[in-house]
This record gives sequence, C-alpha cells and structure tokens, in this order.
Amino acid sequence: MIRISKRAEMPQRKKWIVRLLGIVLALVVMSFFFLFLGHNPLEVYQTLITGSLGNYNRFARTIEFVIPLSLSALGIMIAFKMKFWNIGAEGQIVVGAIAATYIALNFSELHTVLLLSTMFIVAALAGGIYAFIPAFFKVKFNTNETLFTLMLNYIALRLVVYLQYGPWRDPGARGFPKIANFSQNARLPDIFGIHAGWIILIIVFALVYLLMNKSKLGYEIAVIGESQKTANYAGMNVSKVILIALFLSGALSGIVGMLQVSGVNYTLSRQVSGGMGFTAIIIAWLSQIKVVLVPIVAFFFAMLVQGATFIRTAFQIPQSIAEVLQATVLFFALGSEFFINYKLHFEKKAKGRVQNG
Amino acid sequence: MKNLKLSILVVLVLSLLLAACTPATVEDPGTNGEDAPEEVVVGFLYVAPVGNEGFTYSHNLGRLHVEQELGVRTIYQESVPDTAEVENVIANMVDQGANMIFGTSFGFGEYMLNVADQYPDVAFLHCSGYLDAPNMLNYFGRMYEPRFLSGLVAGMKTETNKIGYVAAYEIPEVIRGINAFTLGVQTVNPDAEVHVVWTHTWYDPINEREAALSLIDGGADVIAQHQDTAAPQQAAEERGVFAIGYHSNTADVAPGSFLTAPIWNFRPYYKEQVELFMAGEWTPENVWLGMNDGMVLLAPLSDLAPEGAQELVDEYTAKINSGEYHVFHGPLYNQAGEMVIGEGETLTDEEMLSMNYFVQGVVGRIE
Repeated sequence: MIRISKRAEMPQRKKWIVRLLGIVLALVVMSFFFLFLGHNPLEVYQTLITGSLGNYNRFARTIEFVIPLSLSALGIMIAFKMKFWNIGAEGQIVVGAIAATYIALNFSELHTVLLLSTMFIVAALAGGIYAFIPAFFKVKFNTNETLFTLMLNYIALRLVVYLQYGPWRDPGARGFPKIANFSQNARLPDIFGIHAGWIILIIVFALVYLLMNKSKLGYEIAVIGESQKTANYAGMNVSKVILIALFLSGALSGIVGMLQVSGVNYTLSRQVSGGMGFTAIIIAWLSQIKVVLVPIVAFFFAMLVQGATFIRTAFQIPQSIAEVLQATVLFFALGSEFFINYKLHFEKKAKGRVQNG
Repeated sequence: MKNLKLSILVVLVLSLLLAACTPATVEDPGTNGEDAPEEVVVGFLYVAPVGNEGFTYSHNLGRLHVEQELGVRTIYQESVPDTAEVENVIANMVDQGANMIFGTSFGFGEYMLNVADQYPDVAFLHCSGYLDAPNMLNYFGRMYEPRFLSGLVAGMKTETNKIGYVAAYEIPEVIRGINAFTLGVQTVNPDAEVHVVWTHTWYDPINEREAALSLIDGGADVIAQHQDTAAPQQAAEERGVFAIGYHSNTADVAPGSFLTAPIWNFRPYYKEQVELFMAGEWTPENVWLGMNDGMVLLAPLSDLAPEGAQELVDEYTAKINSGEYHVFHGPLYNQAGEMVIGEGETLTDEEMLSMNYFVQGVVGRIE
C-alpha cells in the first residue's frame, strides 16, 4: 500500500534541493533517449547551453523569448493570486497584437514615437478588455472562468485567420493570404541588439512587484486569493478588485502581442503567439506566484526552447524529441512540487494512522 | 529576497553542473563552417514534420537524393513556423556551416529575404514565393499540368458525375489546381461537376476526412484534394468510392481508393542546383518548372483507374510537354459563364499566378 499525506512546510533550502534533483533526474531520463538516438547526451546538453547562450546573437534570441514569456506570466500571476484561473493569455496576446496591427496599418504616417506609444496603449487596452469580459461574467453570473478564458483563445485565433484571409489581406502579396508588413516607423527599435521590449519588461516587472507587495490593491488580491469570505467580511469590494486585477492581467498579455508584432515579426499572423500564452501559465505556476521568480523561470524556459531549436539543427534531433525533452523537464519540475508538498508512505498494511499536516 | 538569492544560487549550480559534466574534447558545431569553408552544407527548412506523405515529405526525398548522389552534408529543421523564427533557424544553420538554404514554405520568403544580405555568400532558394535578391531565387512547379491529367482520370471514372474536391485555402495556387482539374474532368466528361469544400487548414486529418465524407454523402464518387494528408483518400476507401491523391504517391496508404495523384519530384532540381553551387556556377534564376523538367508528374495509375485512361493520359502528357496543348487555353469561361480568354489565346504565367476565379464546371464559392 502506498499512502499519501500532506507534509509539514519544508525548509526553503530543502525545497530547492528537491527541485534541483527533479531537473537533474529529468536530464538523466532524457539521456537514455539521446543515447538511443546515437548521440552523446552530454554533448547534446552542452550544445543546448551554447545554442542558447553561446554568443551574443544567440543570447539576444533567448532574451527575445524571455520578454513575452515573463510579461505574460506576470499578468497570469495577478489573476492566479486570486485563484482566478485565467488561462486566456494566448487570446489576450492575440487581441493585443490585432489592436496594435490595426494602428500600425492605418496610421503608419504618424511619428514613430507617437505611433509606437499608441500601439502600446491600444494593445494593452485590448488585452485588458479581453480578460475583463470573463471576469465580468464571473462576478455577475459566477460563470466558470477556466472554460470562458480558454474558449476566448480560439475566438481570437480564428479572428486573426479571418483578417489574414479577408479584410486585411495584403493586396501586394499576389493573392497570398498575409497581412502587410509594418512600415519602418511602426517597428520597435533594437537596443543593444534586442528589441526595446526588454526595457518595458524591466519597468513592468518593477511595477508588478510594487503592486503585489506594496499596494493596497495587491493586498486585497492576496486576501481574496486566501478567502473571498474574509475579504467580504473585511469590507473589501471583491467584485471591483477582481475586475481591475483581471484587466491588468490581460493588459500585460496585450502588451506582449504588441511587442511580438512590432518588435519581432513586423506583421501579424496566426502564429503570432505560438503557444506562448500557455507556456506562460506554466511559468507563473512554477514561479509559485512570486514576482521575483518569474523572469528567472522564464529565462530557463527560454533557454530550453532556444537551445532545443539549436540542437534540432545541430544533431538532427526530430522536433518531437526536442519537445519530449522540454516536456520531461517540465514534468519533473512539476513533480518535484508534489514531493515538496506531499509525502509517500510505503507500508505492508494500511494502519489506521492519523494523517499528519 | 531570500528566494531571489537562492534561485540565483540554483541557476549557478545547475550551469556549473552541466558545464562540469561536459567532456572538454567536444567540438562546438558552430566552428565547423570556419574550419572547412570549402565544404558545401545544405540546410532545409520545412514547415511541417517530414512524415510519410505530403509536401514536406517530397522535399525531404529531394534532400536525401542530394545527400546520396553528391555526398554533401545536409541539415534540416521540421515544423518551422512562418514567423521571424525562420531567421533564427537560418542563423543556426549558417552557424553550423550551411552555405545553401532551401526554404520550402511560402511564408518563409520575406524572412529569408530579410537575412539574405546578412549572409551574401549563402545561396537562398525559396519554394513557392515571389521574392528574390542577388543571392536568392524562387522556384516552384507547374502542378496544374499533372492536375489536369488527374482530372481526365477522375472524369472517366465518375458515374454520378459528381466529383468532390477537398481544398485548403482560397489562394491562387489552390484555385489554379481546382480549375486545371476541372478542365481535365470536363475534357472527357462535360456533364461532370467538381464540388469544392474548404477546410481552411493545410494539415488536419480529422477535418480533411470530415470534408471528404460530406462530399461523398452528397453523392460524389471520386474525391480529389489539395491537402497534406491521405485522410480524404482513406475516407473514400471507407465508403467504397475513389480518390485522387496529392503531393506524394500514396498508393499504399489507401489502396482501395487510390486512382493516381499529381505529385512533386524535387530530386532533379535539387541535385542540379547543389551541383551548380559546388562548381561555383550558381546564379539565382527564378523558375516555374513543369512536367518537361521533371519537377511535377502524375503518379502511376492504379489498377482501379478506368480502362483507356492510361492512353489518354499519355496522349495529353505528350501534347503538354511538346507545347502543343496548354491547360488554360481559350475559349475559357468562368463560373458565371463570362469568357475569360478567347479562342486561340492562353493565360500568361502572371494571369495563372494570380488566378482568383473558378472556371465553369466548379460548384463552390471563393469565400
């Protein structure tokens, strides 16, 4: 018989050792895959690191991935802190990208500073509203926010396809379904070889840190997350806090949409987000809803993604195996959280023992 | 803050651990190019997994052919999205010594063009696009020629005079294929109609199957397709009707329905281009190659094909290859019955490449 019981709080140091062991174990498991494919696993792992950090250009690429993942995860975190399961970051990124693209295509004569800041604000508004809608229904009618936000993702993605094949199709692309490229002044400039989004990330990171740890709203969000009843009893306007927090949550993903179209792709396509909104959920979760951990976890993830792209070409590892590698690391990382919170007891016979914790 | 310190510690420990495990003799693949600049390395960017059939599969056959025949090293990456990620993948490949890059999706074009001047010594070859540069060309095949031939076979085979066509997206390439196919059908069977269903996906077996079944339920007894999987052919097999494949020969995948398929053969072109590059004689020349050049062809007819089809296919193949017959010749009427071009005229390449209307005999709408 195996019995599972909740553990008493583990000391921080021990928690990190468990997490580290989890990742090491994941790499050991994957080693067998690579050996089976005829590659030296150590060589593969080294290339994974050099491929993502080996020179400035690769490092810059990795950072370009850290930016959207962190921003989106910070947004998701605000909602998760209240136990509002916003899994609609993907859609919020996409509507942000659509809004920014609308401005970029229709007001391209504006001065670049004005144009970019308009795109930024409109994208944040669009993402915010897109998260506000499920929050509104949750507050008014107690709808299930998980399903609601999930479904909104697909609506946003189909909307891009519609625009790409319909009204926004570039007439200059010989009938091929693509949206026109942005003019030069709608493109985010590079600073030190990385698009200016990294400065926005630093600012947003500081603001979210202050919001969550130093502000009244942050405190209210934390209390609602612990217990809505307590929040009510303390005289907090729970509905209002949820609506504001979700607007902010979506706005951050909306900003990501703007950065991706204006800083990376210079156009809008259905692949603008490419699942980053979902990856960001995992990052928010692995960061244990702690602001300071988000960029660090995101950095690891970006390394893993960027490095995996590199080993695919370097060793001709099929995409599926590169994905299995990412998933295995993830599986073990999430698994280590289980062992941090729970204990396994192996017993011959289940005895009527009182569960501790 | 305590967490922050701890997590930085973990990052450092992990990095050290990984670095420590690394054998010192391992060569960074990034230096290969510098060590052996004379070596030709060919990189292929694919939009989908290679798999066992379909568009990417046919490109991969071309890559393997180059490797076997010329002994050059090739590298490839599957499932590259049509985004700036293309530039990233190209950078990785050039890092690993690639000096020839084949991009095999329309959407790769602008990103290849973006980096073409960054790597002036690298040859860029883009399939199905229209952008070029001093070191970048685009190439594609006149698939409408074997499409027309497959239409002849379908037109002879149908008994209900209803032929279904599972199509991906309303773009000129797909529309041109449907039109060429329909002209083939009507050449042998003026009463037959081609019913089009859009799936709005290139690759989705479930969606493709559903579309095929709906056409079969509507009375179609031959199913043609512009899709990446054999799902429509398998749906036809399931219902006891017949199918025309696409991209690659899928006779073994759906033996109960497969009649033939217009397919790609990138082997000769890829070999020729790499040879030219190895000899230092490569120049970027945009091409749109037909059956004559061997880039497109009709797969061998299966035993299910109607009697006399082989002779007819042979006859039209010879006529098309000799230039005596043009698939899009006048008088050509659109769906509304208006004449597009008159007797004695043929569509220009430009007109074919931007085709956005159906010809008479197609039932369906360009949305």
